[in-house]
Amino acid sequence: MTLDALMLSRIQFAANISFHILFPTITIALCWFLLFFRIRFVRTRETAWEEAYYFWTKVFALTFALGVVSGIVMSFQFGTNWPGFMEKTGDISGPLLGYEVLTAFFLEASFLGIMLFGRGRVSERVHLTATVLVALGTTLSAFWILSLNSWMQTPAGYEIVNGKFLPTDWFAVVFNPSFPYRFAHKLLASALTAAFLIAGLSAWQLLKATATDGTHKAMRVAVFTAAIVIPIQFVAGDLHGLNTLEHQPAKVAAMEGIWETERGAPLTLFGIPDEAAGTTHLAITIPKLASLILTHELDGEIAGIDAFPDAHPPVAPVFYAFRIMVGVGSLMLVVSAFAAWKLWGQRGRARISLPRPLLWTLSAMTFSGWVATLSGWYVTETGRQPFVVYGVLRTSDVVTSVPSPFIGATLVAYLLVYGLLLVTYVGVLKYMAENPVTHAPVKVTDAGLGKAGV
Amino acid sequence: MLGMTWAEWLPLIFLAVMGFALLVYVVLDGYDLGVGLLLPFADDTAKDTMIASIGPFWDANETWLVLGVGVLLVAFPMAHGLVLQALYLPVAVMLIGLILRGVAFDFRVKAPLQYKPFWNRAFFGGSLLAGAAQGWMLGSYITGFDTGPLGIAFSLGIAITLPAAYVLLGAGWLIMKTEGGLQMQAVAWAQRVLWPMGVALVAISAATPLVHPTVADKWFGLPQVFALLPVPLACAVAFFAVRWVLTHPDLVRGGHGWIVFAGTVLIFVLAFFGLAYSIFPDIVIGRMSVWDAAISTGSLNVVFAGVVITLPVIVGYTVFMYRVFWGKARALTYG
Ligand code: HDD
Ligand code: HEM
Ligand code: HEM
Repeated sequence: MTLDALMLSRIQFAANISFHILFPTITIALCWFLLFFRIRFVRTRETAWEEAYYFWTKVFALTFALGVVSGIVMSFQFGTNWPGFMEKTGDISGPLLGYEVLTAFFLEASFLGIMLFGRGRVSERVHLTATVLVALGTTLSAFWILSLNSWMQTPAGYEIVNGKFLPTDWFAVVFNPSFPYRFAHKLLASALTAAFLIAGLSAWQLLKATATDGTHKAMRVAVFTAAIVIPIQFVAGDLHGLNTLEHQPAKVAAMEGIWETERGAPLTLFGIPDEAAGTTHLAITIPKLASLILTHELDGEIAGIDAFPDAHPPVAPVFYAFRIMVGVGSLMLVVSAFAAWKLWGQRGRARISLPRPLLWTLSAMTFSGWVATLSGWYVTETGRQPFVVYGVLRTSDVVTSVPSPFIGATLVAYLLVYGLLLVTYVGVLKYMAENPVTHAPVKVTDAGLGKAGV
Repeated sequence: MLGMTWAEWLPLIFLAVMGFALLVYVVLDGYDLGVGLLLPFADDTAKDTMIASIGPFWDANETWLVLGVGVLLVAFPMAHGLVLQALYLPVAVMLIGLILRGVAFDFRVKAPLQYKPFWNRAFFGGSLLAGAAQGWMLGSYITGFDTGPLGIAFSLGIAITLPAAYVLLGAGWLIMKTEGGLQMQAVAWAQRVLWPMGVALVAISAATPLVHPTVADKWFGLPQVFALLPVPLACAVAFFAVRWVLTHPDLVRGGHGWIVFAGTVLIFVLAFFGLAYSIFPDIVIGRMSVWDAAISTGSLNVVFAGVVITLPVIVGYTVFMYRVFWGKARALTYG
């Protein structure tokens, strides 16, 4: 591996988008949680709901800010690092990105101000509407960007004229074959990430005896959401994988570590893939299971790496990342099911109590959603290599001509800033959980500019 | 020009949308960044009020940058790659500045108290990096990315002038949004930066035709020199109106403080039109016209439909948001 402009651009793009996605992953779902807290408060007038709303609005504001600033970086990254990508696919990726800005970003950004600072200045109904619009905005943003990303994975509805991709059927472009799966999978991933964040911080508050009435409400909502969503995520993930097998068989071969095309392929639970030798060392396998899962037939044929000479992704990162994602998902299933079972008996009580080992486990899993989400994206993106648009456009053909020392220097600067922000973000969440502001909520009639909520 | 086909018009329309977005960005985020630049000069309560005065707006303000760059990316991908690769380093500096500034809003009030001074400094530092980098980019864009001594000197000049102009905007904003001691302090700040900025603006305007001979023809040829005369004249009027209000604090107390902000905005708008006129119809001076840089008409049509529907709506809720937060800002308090 040489650190040329291509490699550095890849690392830089990966570092930036990985940092960015941490925050949208939380905000996409957290906003819907906030809406739920708010509606519960409006319905029941229980202050506990308002307390939960307050606390998580602060977390939301902080997370949103990080999402925005890292997102601004993303909108420059295409031009600075992959100019060839936009030049060749601009007719398709341009409009999709454009619609994201026009329909989603302004919606969230404008109504966020009202959502965070507007109470006392607007009626409760307008405030609630603003919250709904922000939630819609984040989801819409995911819709467009995932549509583009899915199109890069499973391109459709285009023709190539003079080396440029021109759209022939916009419906086919937007709703390309992998889009529905990716969109559903991603929204569920967000719900899980936010749910485990809420559960984890609430568990920490219960452990540190800084819980408020709101903590109990939030914990219950988070645990039940996680327990309901994770089985759905397994099903969605399975369907997603089947779709990938149909459209990107080389990726699946890398995910499963299947080297040679075979019938009745075994499922490799774990092992050490060795690309040079074309084999997986120390593999723990279950006979025929991969074929069963992927083709729903014991003797189904699965194409191996050997079927894609010169056009398959690096096996090891895809293989490991896939196992991390599924591993974390399985852990989520067990933990949330157990916690939900414990809480089921305590329905109707204002305060909950959970065994300390469970609280510690939930705290430890506060950011488990991040781990699974990032691993998932690494499967998706590294698995697409060596193409940037699967099967038709190679990554090496679109790289920047900026001198590599520039890329290296800016990469170091970004990494330093991101490191600082990540440490501060986690530190601030911990600090907020340990020092919850227990003031009586601001009266709806008396809030100055910049007051309330943040 | 009237004989142009729709296919020829479309890139121009997008050029206008991009220019509009960037102009709105420079004015709106300009006052945010200006307030950030003034932060170190205020005491602690004033700092909180200053930040409260921009708190609900900055995110939406910054989104105009995303739209401006977005249109460049979406409609003119060829130019986007060319420009952003040439400006690789200053873009990175600006982005890091915007990151620091944006997160400081939250971290300064949410992190443990002992870190507040650090995030205040990050707020200032981020605003400075972003403002100076934007000035530098504008400068090297105008010179056609000239890396000779003249080009560097020109870019450096704008890298200093733009933050000064942002300070004036920021002070004008504070004059409108605050009252009492802070408001008078803002008047003093504005007074101090007014003349240096005015002189620098004149110098830059005079230097632009020097770095670009084609620009000189456009401005000083006959008869356009007469048609264009109102531009510098209006600039001068705006400048002296601002000065008049600043040197008469009674006018500020009497509710005419908004003239400072409005006058500065007018200067920005005029400078922008001057620049647009100088460059048109190129998108990268002397190298690429709008028509060379645009994507296909079909795809532009698709985006155009979106722009026609959403842009007025966006402007609508921007106005709504400003109305909701109309009036004087008070310090950040927690009930
Ligand atoms: C909380 C997060 C999370 C969890 C628990 C899971 N995933 Fe996932 N996975 C993602 C988060 C994610 C993701 C980050 O959202 C990805 C990347 C892109 C995408 O659409 O979803 C992804 C991608 C991804 C892909 C790659 C598809 C492609 O792009 O070609 C497959 C096959 C799966 N997942 C399958 C699963 C299965 C079978 C899971 C259940 C055990 C699972 N995922 C749990
Ligand atoms: C490389 C592709 C991406 C680009 C160019 C990009 C660009 C941006 C930009 C510019 C913003 C800031 C908007 C604002 O000012 O409010 C933003 C925020 C956001 N992005 Fe991305 N983004 C990318 C990937 C993604 C992905 C993959 C997702 C989710 C699946 C996503 C979801 C969001 C959301 C929800 C926000 C709102 C801010 C927040 O909640 O943190 N983005 N993005
Ligand atoms: C948000 C989660 C995402 C993560 C964590 C992620 C991660 C990565 C990584 C690790 C690479 C480098 C792959 C390699 O070289 O091995 C990459 C490349 C790339 N990704 Fe993503 N990605 C994400 C979303 C997106 C989206 C939404 C888009 C476009 C809409 C996108 C477009 C690209 C492009 C253009 C490249 C560069 C070319 C390439 O190396 O394939 N990515 N991404």
